[in-house]
Amino acid sequence: MSDKAASIPRPLPKLEGATGQFYDWCRKGELRFQRCTSCGTFRHPPRELCAECRSFDWEWTRSPGEGTVFTYTIVERALHPAFAGATPYAAVVVEFPEGVRLLSRIVGLAPAEIRIGMPVRVDFEAFSETVTVPVFRLR
Amino acid sequence: MSDAAALRDRACIAGIGETAVCRKPGSGLTEFALQLRAITAALDDAGLAAQDIDGIMPFPNLGKAEGFAASLGCRNLRFAATLHLGGAAPVAALRVAAMAVATGAANHVLVPGGWNGYSGARTRDITAGDVDSIPGGAIARDYYLPFGLSAPPQWYALMARRHMHEYGTRAEQLGAVALAMRRHAQLNPGALMCGKPLTLDDYLASPMIADPYRMLDCCLETDGAAAYIVTSTERARDLRQRPVRIMGAAAGQPSPADEIISRRDFHRIGLTTAAPEAFAMAGVTPDDMDFAQIYDCFTFEVLQQLEEAGFCRRGEGGAFVEGGAIELGGRLPVNTHGGLLSQAHLLGLGHIVEAVRQLRGEAGARQVPDAELGAVTGWGDFGDGSIAILRRDG
Repeated sequence: MSDKAASIPRPLPKLEGATGQFYDWCRKGELRFQRCTSCGTFRHPPRELCAECRSFDWEWTRSPGEGTVFTYTIVERALHPAFAGATPYAAVVVEFPEGVRLLSRIVGLAPAEIRIGMPVRVDFEAFSETVTVPVFRLR
Repeated sequence: MSDAAALRDRACIAGIGETAVCRKPGSGLTEFALQLRAITAALDDAGLAAQDIDGIMPFPNLGKAEGFAASLGCRNLRFAATLHLGGAAPVAALRVAAMAVATGAANHVLVPGGWNGYSGARTRDITAGDVDSIPGGAIARDYYLPFGLSAPPQWYALMARRHMHEYGTRAEQLGAVALAMRRHAQLNPGALMCGKPLTLDDYLASPMIADPYRMLDCCLETDGAAAYIVTSTERARDLRQRPVRIMGAAAGQPSPADEIISRRDFHRIGLTTAAPEAFAMAGVTPDDMDFAQIYDCFTFEVLQQLEEAGFCRRGEGGAFVEGGAIELGGRLPVNTHGGLLSQAHLLGLGHIVEAVRQLRGEAGARQVPDAELGAVTGWGDFGDGSIAILRRDG
């Protein structure tokens, strides 16, 4: 974020429930997805029960963090004041072999260079003292 | 034949009303007052008294039935419902209103909607500021907002970009949608963009908002209101206007509907399941339609809905909209009033009003010759969908 938008804080996730746990793992440098311990199906974002088999039993399973760019958009005009100084920026959907997708961003690559299908690997970026998010780099 | 066919032609749209639309200087009215003006216009159009209204279906977050009833003097409000489908709500309400009158739950159902979309709080500010107003709520707050996606064009751009990748859909094809709506607006004196024609070069030169969406891929933000009244086909025939029959109507949601990126079938939207249901209920096919009023919040959504409603196959929407095929005189005139892109953003009610005008033969310079059958769709939130198949009575 540039200084221009420094006065308006970036919106952060609310660290409660399973979402709090997801981001806590990120703070420890691990990307983990919910995995149903009954049928093995991965899911994200977190849900209370497995939509495949109805089981409430699940665990956080660590992901190798390797996926590909599924789709993206390049925001040229910010529609939220916190991002006014950040344009152009890309928001990228990464698809994982586990069968889940994640919205994030790619670091170390200009937005105009992003292509669908690009292989990426997870990295982590601290957005605040308490919130670390997954971001991605080309692999 | 599904049980839904039991509802075919049981109910009609008996009256429509709308206010003038504007951007600057704004309507100067509250959103409630604006809607009351559209409602009284609809009552006059139908030849009904306010006391005849016994069912009201307000648009989400734009008023409560008891408030409308009290202001209008409806003394026997006995049916009220709000469908939380965003811009898909007004078309989805056609089905619910038809159910209500067919079962006797109400005799005359009023469906209003209106807002100060320009002079009041803008959609982008509402979705940026209030988690409860974002489709998906906490999911959008916790997983989208931190990465800078806060508003509809940004969410839907993800779908458009993927479609372009898979099917080769091009910017010029999105532009063809914008141009068709603008051409139709030139024939509608009530359209905000009447008198402001558009070329493909203008379109391509318009600034990028959220790639692949340029400014001219995005709908207008306007002040205005509209309303319609549904009653039984028998009652409608005794009223002032030629009735427009609800042959088929359905609503549907994507899976999941509270989240836009994890869908196994990324292109499946609410309309994907709603359209076959509505056409089966009506007993007709997309090829039978004389026109289609397609909820055009953004250009790609028109293309996608044409595909998912069955007007063409998935992936063929780009080719379908090219060469004037969706303009008056083309294979399927779409949004003959100019749509959200070039008439005004009336929350999807404008599309219903226009469909009724076409089927009554009241569309003036933009009339589809001898229009007998038409489709109207709604789109809301993360891809909620609705569709109605309408037919002129008699």
